[in-house]
Amino acid sequence: MAETRPRVATVLAVSSVVALSLVLASCGPRSDALHLGSTTSTYDSGLLDALVPAFTEAYPQYSVKVIAVGSGEALELGRRKDVDVLLVHAPAAELQFVRDGHGLDRHPVMYNDFVVVGPEDDPAGLREAVDVGAALRRIAAAEAEFLSRGDDSGTHKRERFLWSRAGIEPVGDWYREAGEGMAAALLVADATGAYMLADRATYSSLSDRLRLVPLLEGDPLLLNVYSVIRVSGARHPEAAGAFAAWLGSDAGRNRIATFGQAESARPLFQPVTQSDPPAETLAKLEQALSGQGLGPDR
Amino acid sequence: MSELLAAGKLEVRYHGRRVLDVEELTLCEGELLAVLGPNGAGKTTLMRVLSMLEKPQSGWVRYRDWTGAEAERALRRDAAVVFQRSHLWAGSVGYNVGLGLRLRRAGNNEMAERVHTACTALGIEDLIERDVANLSGGEAQRVAVARALILEPELLFLDEPTANLDAEVRAAFREDLARLTRSTVRGTLLITHDRAEAFYLADRVAVLKEGRLIQVGTPSDLYENPADPYIAEVTGAEFTLSGRVVGREDGLLLVDSGGVQLLSLGAAPDGADVRLAYRPEDLVLADEPRESSARNRFEASVTEVRPVGGLVRVRLDGPPGVVAVITRSSAEALGVRPGSRVTVHVKATALHAFPI
Amino acid sequence: MTEIILRSLYVSGSALLLAALIGLPLGTALALGRFPLRRTAATLVYAGLALPPVVVGLAVYLLLSRSGPLGGLELIYSPPAMILAQALIATPYVAAITMAAVESVGPDVRLQARALGATPLQALLLHLREVRGSLVAALAAGFGAVISEVGAVMMVGGNVLGETRVMTTAIVLETRRGNFGLAIALGGVLLAIAFTVNAVLLALSRQSERRLFPS
Repeated sequence: MAETRPRVATVLAVSSVVALSLVLASCGPRSDALHLGSTTSTYDSGLLDALVPAFTEAYPQYSVKVIAVGSGEALELGRRKDVDVLLVHAPAAELQFVRDGHGLDRHPVMYNDFVVVGPEDDPAGLREAVDVGAALRRIAAAEAEFLSRGDDSGTHKRERFLWSRAGIEPVGDWYREAGEGMAAALLVADATGAYMLADRATYSSLSDRLRLVPLLEGDPLLLNVYSVIRVSGARHPEAAGAFAAWLGSDAGRNRIATFGQAESARPLFQPVTQSDPPAETLAKLEQALSGQGLGPDR
Repeated sequence: MSELLAAGKLEVRYHGRRVLDVEELTLCEGELLAVLGPNGAGKTTLMRVLSMLEKPQSGWVRYRDWTGAEAERALRRDAAVVFQRSHLWAGSVGYNVGLGLRLRRAGNNEMAERVHTACTALGIEDLIERDVANLSGGEAQRVAVARALILEPELLFLDEPTANLDAEVRAAFREDLARLTRSTVRGTLLITHDRAEAFYLADRVAVLKEGRLIQVGTPSDLYENPADPYIAEVTGAEFTLSGRVVGREDGLLLVDSGGVQLLSLGAAPDGADVRLAYRPEDLVLADEPRESSARNRFEASVTEVRPVGGLVRVRLDGPPGVVAVITRSSAEALGVRPGSRVTVHVKATALHAFPI
Repeated sequence: MTEIILRSLYVSGSALLLAALIGLPLGTALALGRFPLRRTAATLVYAGLALPPVVVGLAVYLLLSRSGPLGGLELIYSPPAMILAQALIATPYVAAITMAAVESVGPDVRLQARALGATPLQALLLHLREVRGSLVAALAAGFGAVISEVGAVMMVGGNVLGETRVMTTAIVLETRRGNFGLAIALGGVLLAIAFTVNAVLLALSRQSERRLFPS
């Protein structure tokens, strides 16, 4: 009387079936999702959580997967065609990307600005500086504590550009590199009372938790432009095109402008129009950034 | 007597060293064959090969009419093996005893009943629920035997079953083995280095030394005609005589030992140096020479008298020097004490000559 | 949040299952087998323990990337990609511990089993039964290695909200955003899960000893 059957074979067979079906179960309809590559600071502001649903409402046939990584990595994903469209803010690198043939086109869609924030008592006297170059020179001269992102992100690239434009090589105990995301880095700078270059959106979202205040803003070199780039040879070119077009459309622009209205009077992201920012300013900035050799290093 | 198990030209080598070299061996139906030998003789290897748990480098094994893979399958079905150190799996005694049945897909009810029967036969029915980690050595070996016998094997292989047991439990266990092997199996192969156990339990004894069979026979055969000094020693002989062959007489060897001429069994060329094996109890002491069937007679003086249990060991200086074992009463009657002179009588058939 | 937790369990659980299906037999074969290159294979398995998960993630990413050899499968940024990467991370743990455990039991256990009439498979299971505690530890180690790993799932999953976000990548995200409180809360949940899963594994091993071994 065989009461105990070959248990082992059964267990093996059952668990193999379970394993396979578990894995296959998650293989849903994934091939039609548009892969959008963006940067962590963009994502962390929450903008995309507002934009993407609006887009899919307008175009229900598309679904979107947002991959948020550092801008260097985002561009690399574009080169590998793992994303179909990019929304990033590293102008010099973007231009090189398109020049190298990886991108079909590039359109600036929104902007805000960077600000230099620092402690209320402003030991380096930034309030007297006329532009960002002067501000940085003051910080270097005073050897006031400055915290850098240090992670080759869009913000960090801009910061390096600004130092070299000001003619300064920032070294010394006063210059520290955080290697963190924007928000976390701001909290660190806040704790130690350091100066820092931050994008306005992230700073605004954290400002009630911070003692740091904006000390230098408005310089044209602090303009932070976000562009949408259609990846060449993308898997979902129509969806990418629809998304890029939608961002530039009235509906898209409106969504961008109204984002974060509840928390701050000023829009966190300003949609780019024909006249705003002025084309000349944009062009000058792009030239300056490219000319300084902050090209395609990632 | 029909043959249950037969083997021939077995050769086993480990790392180039030959550990087993057996010309032929059979186990007959109804018999218990003991394989006796010193440690390292290759007995365990022989058992593994005969039970087909190990393949020899050359040679064959036949179980009934089968050889090769068929024989192996049949042996797995019909034979049970108890190793010197039996491995008990973590769990209860009942689990272990029933393991063989479980492997054969027996039903739970049948298994419980048979486990109980087997444990009772070994006297361990009270231990069925006990965890094997809490067993004494003797109890563990009983579990191992129960585990083997529950399979109702035709053939039983036992490897030194009492070697790891304390002296007190060994005797009782041996009795149980004797009873069980007679009643339930058709043939038993018993591996042991304990000659008392071999001679007590076995119908035939095969003596293995350095991988070779040096003698196979009944216990009496071995006792009376040891083919080798080791066998003589194993059957109780002591070696204190040496001598040289000086001639032959009536088919016996004439050996000169310290000036005394002794007739002995054995074979050796004239002039050869030999050792004479004898059993101390075969020496008869008298205070004066007398007529007896013993053809060897010589005088000796006592050098040492030592009581051992109910007997007395007497050391004598002939020449030649010998040791005799006599009863207490004889010792008293003879009045042996160091210095006294006695006559030693020993039969020619009680002396075995082996060339040195 | 619940969705993230369930996804973590689903991804790491599936990965562990795959790692077990590969690692347990592999470890056993490495311990008991005699085949050429066995030593090399064993050394590779041990080396796998030192492999940083993020490197495994990078390798799987390059494999599944649209411009990679398996790009056509469209698996990038999806849970199956994460399961694959984590299975590769966990397998060396399961295999290495299994190998050490199986090696620690002498061949006389299997000999004894065969002497009782066991088939080679039954004898093997009886051999494994003797180290079932270690086999559970192997699974626990594999699970621990993947439930708390972040580099690989970040790379191949992309931390996409609603699709591939798991506890560890969510913790990284919230930390980056400065929401330390939330990050720590998630970390606490992660710890609690690891603790519970291991407790369950241990309890299961105690109970199943007789039903699973031998067949």
